[in-house]
Amino acid sequence: MKALAARRHHRATPVVLLLLALLVTGGVYAALASSPASADTTMSDDIETGDKLFQANCATCHGPDAEGTESAPSLIGVGAASVDFQVGTGRMPMQANGPQALEKPVQMTAEQTRQLAAFVASLGAGPAIPTAEQVDPTLGDASNGAAVFRTNCAMCHNAVGAGGALSEGKFAPALWDVTPTHIYEAMATGPQSMPVFNDATLTPEEKRDVIAYLVEQREGSAGGLDLGSLGPVSEGLWVWIVGIGALIGCSVWIGAKSS
Amino acid sequence: MSSTERAAAGTADYLDQRTGVASAVKGFARKIFPDHWSFLLGEIALYSFVVLLISGVFLTMFFVPSMGLMEYEGPIASMNGQLMSEAFASTLDLSFEVPGGLLMRQIHHWSALLFMAAIVTHMMRVFFTGAFRKPRELNWMVGFILMILGLAAGFTGYSLPDDVLSGNGLRITDGVVKSIPLVGSYMSYMIFGGEFPGEHIIPRLFTLHILVVPALILALIGLHLLFVVLHKHTQYPGGGRTDKNVVGFPLFPVYVAKAGGFFFIVFGVLALMGGTMAINNVWNYGPYDPSPVSAGAQPDWYMLFLEGSLRLMPGQTEFVIAGYTLSLNVLIPAVVVPGLLFTFLAVYPFLEAAVTKDKREHHVLDRPRNVPVRTGLGVAFLAEFILLALAGSNDLIATHFDLSLNAITWVFRVGFFVLPVIAFWVTKRICLGLQRKDRELVLHGHETGRIVRFANGEYIEVHKPISDEERWLRVNYDAHRPLEIEPREDSRGVRRKGFRKDQALQALSRFFYEDRVEPVTPAELAAAHSHGDHDSLGSAEDSESALAIAGAPRDAAPAPDQQSDDHGHMS
Repeated sequence: MKALAARRHHRATPVVLLLLALLVTGGVYAALASSPASADTTMSDDIETGDKLFQANCATCHGPDAEGTESAPSLIGVGAASVDFQVGTGRMPMQANGPQALEKPVQMTAEQTRQLAAFVASLGAGPAIPTAEQVDPTLGDASNGAAVFRTNCAMCHNAVGAGGALSEGKFAPALWDVTPTHIYEAMATGPQSMPVFNDATLTPEEKRDVIAYLVEQREGSAGGLDLGSLGPVSEGLWVWIVGIGALIGCSVWIGAKSS
Repeated sequence: MSSTERAAAGTADYLDQRTGVASAVKGFARKIFPDHWSFLLGEIALYSFVVLLISGVFLTMFFVPSMGLMEYEGPIASMNGQLMSEAFASTLDLSFEVPGGLLMRQIHHWSALLFMAAIVTHMMRVFFTGAFRKPRELNWMVGFILMILGLAAGFTGYSLPDDVLSGNGLRITDGVVKSIPLVGSYMSYMIFGGEFPGEHIIPRLFTLHILVVPALILALIGLHLLFVVLHKHTQYPGGGRTDKNVVGFPLFPVYVAKAGGFFFIVFGVLALMGGTMAINNVWNYGPYDPSPVSAGAQPDWYMLFLEGSLRLMPGQTEFVIAGYTLSLNVLIPAVVVPGLLFTFLAVYPFLEAAVTKDKREHHVLDRPRNVPVRTGLGVAFLAEFILLALAGSNDLIATHFDLSLNAITWVFRVGFFVLPVIAFWVTKRICLGLQRKDRELVLHGHETGRIVRFANGEYIEVHKPISDEERWLRVNYDAHRPLEIEPREDSRGVRRKGFRKDQALQALSRFFYEDRVEPVTPAELAAAHSHGDHDSLGSAEDSESALAIAGAPRDAAPAPDQQSDDHGHMS
């Protein structure tokens, strides 16, 4: 220690210290910066694989550069959220022309969906896939969600999300089985006939409130069987089937016991 | 005599000495009612009305008919902190915080739907069996008004919770009222106490719903039942039943037990429905606000035909004339169409009486096949009503059957004009066919499927004669003919007043009775029985000899001894 203390004022000290400092900094940098560097490679790998998947499954309609054709829209700027929704619910790749793309068994694995999303996201900035926290129904305010849903969504999707008809065979699907992430993505990207509710129209918090309201509806009805939550038409149908049906049955029974 | 018997007798005697009630009780207890399950349909309506009164009184204890705004605090998370009317908030409170409240509300609403369904079913029975004929035309009118009052009760009650769905209904009402030329907008202001929705409509509807409408219904039910007692009940045709007797059982004990028991069955079914099937979850729709309308916004089933009528009407029929809007796109579907449908129901008994010129009393019901045009018109009416109700549900049909909403609408638009005509024609043909089958059966008896070959090689099928009861049922009806009117000019060549009117009536009468199948006359029956070769007799429709005897069709019931005539067994 004394030797070190004695050489503290050696004229080579600054140089040695500087070299040491550089070495440490360089070493620490190399150690810490290695992970972003490798992520970058994964990301670019994803984009590359996504590109291949895109060329194989989507380019026929959306064009090799994803710029769209007469039969399908451009995907530049639609964002990862759009891909995750369309592919994640099985709507894309589309198998048949019709009034609108139908939900069907999912065609891609979660991995492939992520790669496709990465590719499409790399084409231009667009809505990202929401985080788990953004779509957590327990963090949302169901009351506010109900109000937002009533003014923005219920006219097509029905008051509790049981679905409804649009023109020419198009329809707003029921929301009973849609995952919170897909609900969020649908609002952010506006698939099919649905309008886009971007963050200026509905804030991320409001979107989460809507999810909270919809998830709450899945718990069923306080009054018993919900009869499809379709309103007075199904109630009317059931009063004829169950009510009048049972009572005419009883009438015949009472009438038959006359003799 | 036991002490309870003594007490009962004492009470009865006490009452009788002061009210003279014994003779009335005795009269009623011995009153005979005919028995048939379809006579219980009206009872379903009566009993669901009783359930409506009981559950309604309960709801009135907790409902606040006010449109004053308040912030909701309560157990429903999706409504917490929202601004709503006191009417809506009290509906939530009585559903979730009053013990048994939700059950009562659901029973009340199911009863309302059942009430209307039972009225309509009962009305169908009365219509298709001709129970509205003299002397019961006035009671048909009373029943018709009861049906309208039922609609009014349903409509006013449906609107009370002040949720989005019922508010949408009121908005449509407002639009319909405003579509009435000249006075529409003033009437709307009068109804809502200013511009829609205002602050008065809920308390006003409440007064109508819990006071005026039920009081009128109660009074008219009394009148309806009084008429039943006065006229005596109709009975289905059958052996020994005539316009001069009533075949059945005494009110006490048979019908007291049956009717009393049936009340509990109706109450039980309604309680089960209220307990297990959710109805009108207003917290799903949210407090009323004029801006939102949700998909699947429809009225209760009995108003659905109006919704359908509106949905089918093309929107291009709105005109602006000198600054005033004439909304035929609302006026025609929401005022003219239901007006025509209801007018048909109200005037039908009088119309049929006019074209039949039948002044006799009728207590034996018609078999629907024996009045083909009436049956056809009834089925056409029902077809139109059901088509309109389906048109009111076109969005649900589209989503549940994967169809295009626009295509459905066009199919219904065409069907609106075509379907009733087809329904009428098909029904009339089926009725005439059934009548011919009856004739065949009366003349030839039942086919046995047994083929006999004679020595000379001739094959015949053996027919089994029908019983007296079977024959009575099939020949004991009137086949009315078209009216015959006085000529245009009298004997001195002067044109007669009222000829045009008679002519129109005759044309209508031809429409009713031109095509008909006459009942078998005794002469025809005798002829059929005496010579095996009765094919040469021809059909009675064009047989002059049949027309000559058919003047007294009620006498057509054959004497029992004719049955023993065994010539007719083979044809």
